[in-house]
Amino acid sequence: MRKRGGLFWFQLGFTLLIVSFLIVPVILSMLAGLTVNYQSGLESGLTFRWVAAVWEGYRQTIFLSIGLALASLAATLVLGVPAAYVLARARGGWARAIEELLVMPVAVPGLATALALIVAYGTWGGFRTSWTFILVGHVLFTLPFMVRSVLAVMHAIDLKTLEEGAASLGASFGQRFFQVILPNCRSGILAGALMVVTLSMGEFNMTWLLHTPLTKTLPVGLADAYASLRLEIGSAYTLVFFVMIVPLLVAIQWAAREPRARRTERA
Amino acid sequence: MGGARTQGAPDGTRMSGSDSDALRPVSVRLERCGKTFADGTKALEPLDLEIAAGETAVFLGPSGCGKTTTLRLIAGLEMPDPGGRVLFDGVDVTALPVEKRNVGLVFQSYALFPNMDVRGNVAYGLRVRGMAKPEREKRVDEMLAMMRIEALAHRRIDQLSGGQRQRVALARALAVRPRALLLDEPLTALDAKLRDALRVEIDALLRRLGITAIYVTHDQAEAMALGDRIVVMEHGRVAQAGTPREIYQAPATRFVAEFIGTMNRLAGRAEAGRFVTAAGAIPWPEAPAGAREILFRPEAVRLSADGETPHLAGAVISAFFMGDHTRLFVAAGEGAPLVVEAAARRHFARGDRVGLVVDPAGLLTLKDSA
Ligand SMILES: Nc1ncnc2c1ncn2[C@@H]1O[C@H](COP(=O)(O)OP(=O)(O)OP(=O)(O)O)[C@@H](O)[C@H]1O
Ligand SMILES: [Mg+2]
Repeated sequence: MRKRGGLFWFQLGFTLLIVSFLIVPVILSMLAGLTVNYQSGLESGLTFRWVAAVWEGYRQTIFLSIGLALASLAATLVLGVPAAYVLARARGGWARAIEELLVMPVAVPGLATALALIVAYGTWGGFRTSWTFILVGHVLFTLPFMVRSVLAVMHAIDLKTLEEGAASLGASFGQRFFQVILPNCRSGILAGALMVVTLSMGEFNMTWLLHTPLTKTLPVGLADAYASLRLEIGSAYTLVFFVMIVPLLVAIQWAAREPRARRTERA
Repeated sequence: MGGARTQGAPDGTRMSGSDSDALRPVSVRLERCGKTFADGTKALEPLDLEIAAGETAVFLGPSGCGKTTTLRLIAGLEMPDPGGRVLFDGVDVTALPVEKRNVGLVFQSYALFPNMDVRGNVAYGLRVRGMAKPEREKRVDEMLAMMRIEALAHRRIDQLSGGQRQRVALARALAVRPRALLLDEPLTALDAKLRDALRVEIDALLRRLGITAIYVTHDQAEAMALGDRIVVMEHGRVAQAGTPREIYQAPATRFVAEFIGTMNRLAGRAEAGRFVTAAGAIPWPEAPAGAREILFRPEAVRLSADGETPHLAGAVISAFFMGDHTRLFVAAGEGAPLVVEAAARRHFARGDRVGLVVDPAGLLTLKDSA
């Protein structure tokens, strides 16, 4: 092994410093959710009381958030991947213009999008009070992320030639799309999926306007808890949030993993 | 022809690959096939072209002359302008998309599927045709053996060299027993040595399989070596189609003459069995009356021997030692310098006076040289 120079140790130290700067508040916050009394510190002892309280009071928000995130993921996959394909294959100027426009929902404040949705559809009684109303907002917000990350991969591989190669071997459009195009865009789809789920789970601005008392999401509930209840409950909420989202993200990674032991065709 | 018609029904979807299903090459005909792209680029003037079954045709021409476009028309990746027709064995396939034409395609950029290993790539065309697994495995093994890539069967595509990739691409294209094999500059991305080796191999392969092959290149040496027939293209037109020998020895136009090999040119006039130029006169009993310009290859001219009367006199501009010979650029008359090949052992310096003897059998005139 090569001997590591001073620069390496400096860089390592610097990285650790930054990481701890970011992670310490998170750990403190989660710890606060487990202490009996935050004011008197850890000496007051550890308890699951607050976590239990959060589970009692906010369980619904957690389920709704996960449901919304997965529904957003499904919608962005179904809409976004074909859209990216169409944009990647189109050579006209309009396609490039749409690609540029795709950043718009990100640049427009979530509140503005939410207001627009309310102005347009707020009077549709059943829709306004249903969770699908929030879903529409989330899909609007997250779709560009899916399209852009898939599109980036599609631009990087020579999509057109790959598809022509498959077609010359007799593959129909469906076969080309599912057997050649999608598998080769896997990394972009995975990146987009992680982005969509995390963004949807954490989305607050827009959701805060779109939600009704019966359709509260996790971040909205979190804001509630911080604003109106004990700090320990808010912190316990953060803890629950982490415990929910980390396995979800890992599961997505796992589901989209490169099939290492590929089904090899042996004679 | 009737039997061929039914057998070669252009739907191209063969569900089984029985042994009787061997390569059956088709003839390819283009009728008034022009191509104007959506942006108004006129890539091809309406052209007519016939490629016989089992023949290897090479499309040769400078960049942008429409070689790839013509190939894509044959493959079904582009539609000709209205009025143009593509026929396989006399059957109109113009409306058939590429996946129904059953032609093999080999690209300069390989276009292998990165999500599959070598076996998966070679098997893909058979898989989409629904060929049963045992038969498919057998065919894939044959193909891997034919291209001598058995050892690579389970490699990922990104673990292969360029030459290996192109072998896989050939195996993949041939596995489905296509009716014609279309290759678009398959060797251009490889380094010179590998290019030569693979070219020899492709040549042997095409001859052994007897498949109709259309090979696009801008490398004339490659074209000469591979083609039964060379189709020289210029600005979206066929400048000349013929055997390599015809193209080389009897170019139809100035463009062909100068694009293929090296061509010397001298201005002058035909006069009493001689062609008289500013640098001297060449005896030429068959000189066509009114010829104003002659063309000849470097091999039709040599330095005059001691005591021999030279036809032309000139001065060496530069000399390149090529190993087995020396290539001289000689100023003679007022045109471009003549290229002359001399023995390797003699040394030349700039300004050396040399006499040239021209073999009248190697002299050409062009119709458009008036
Ligand atoms: N999709 C397209 N849209 C517009 N113009 C095109 C398109 N494809 C090719 N062309 C134009 O058509 C002409 C012929 O192109 P083609 O690719 O057939 O040339 P080529 O002979 O294969 O050249 P090269 O040796 O560089 O590959 C060129 O002028 C090219 O710019
Ligand atoms: Mg080309």
